[in-house]
Amino acid sequence: MYLNQFLLLAAFLFSVGVYGVLARKNGVLVLMSIELILNAVNINLVAFGAFHDTVAGQVFALFVIAVAAAEVGVGLAIVLLIYRNRHSIDLSEVDLMKG
Amino acid sequence: MLAATKVDVAVFGASAVIVLAGAIGVVISANPVHAALSLVMTLFGVAVLFVAQEAHFLAAVQVIVYAGAIVVLFLFVIMLLGVDRRENVAREELRGQRPIAFLLGIATIAEFVLLTRGTSWVTGAESVVGPASGPGANVETLARSLFTRYLLAFEITSVLLVIAVVGAVVLARRPPPERPEEPEPLAVPERLHTPQLDDAAPVPATEVPAP
Repeated sequence: MYLNQFLLLAAFLFSVGVYGVLARKNGVLVLMSIELILNAVNINLVAFGAFHDTVAGQVFALFVIAVAAAEVGVGLAIVLLIYRNRHSIDLSEVDLMKG
Repeated sequence: MLAATKVDVAVFGASAVIVLAGAIGVVISANPVHAALSLVMTLFGVAVLFVAQEAHFLAAVQVIVYAGAIVVLFLFVIMLLGVDRRENVAREELRGQRPIAFLLGIATIAEFVLLTRGTSWVTGAESVVGPASGPGANVETLARSLFTRYLLAFEITSVLLVIAVVGAVVLARRPPPERPEEPEPLAVPERLHTPQLDDAAPVPATEVPAP
């Protein structure tokens, strides 16, 4: 396989994730789109690790997965708190600090 | 390193289609449960890509941790908050946002294609970190690297996980019940609203006669 195929796929996945973060209003869906972005990064890390013939890429992908798990836990707790306070997880309604 | 064989290309193509279809499903489906299932599809596709690059342990972790734990957590929260809240995905906050974003996205993709057009770096080499089993296996190599060279990062990750667990519990915990003699706690206001001049007496709109 060629490296640029993996990089192109990861770039597409990253772009789709960024679209989700920007366009979705549901807080849970925004967190899911962040997962897409992190997966794009993992694809790149593993592809570059195989390209450079080193294990470091896979180790860093492992760390990314651990950090993603922590991020999802805290993020979903925050979404739960927003729902408890405002009875909605529509992010366009969370505008308390809007000028 | 070896060049791409037909099997490699076929596996890559199939998993790329799965990954991209799942990702698009995540961002366009109005029902959150459908989005979560599309996310599972994407994660399995990425796991297949990992196997294609001989990252066997990482593929297993991807399926167990991502598809097994994280997506289930998402589904728990979706069920807790109510499933049938459909979202109007066609609503635009800024006018003209979608066409401009579409054009910029096409430009970015064209840039990537131009950048990577002439290169033919081979990756996905076999046995980068050892075979799937046997002496010097993938898991063994990975563990040796993780517990020697990257030990500090590993320990810091464990601290991070502890902090995340404690933080999630503290955030999601219900507040303890108030004692009866305490005054009523301040309710969270719907919106910070200060009375202003134009709130008191709205100026009547003057009718402009049509010419």
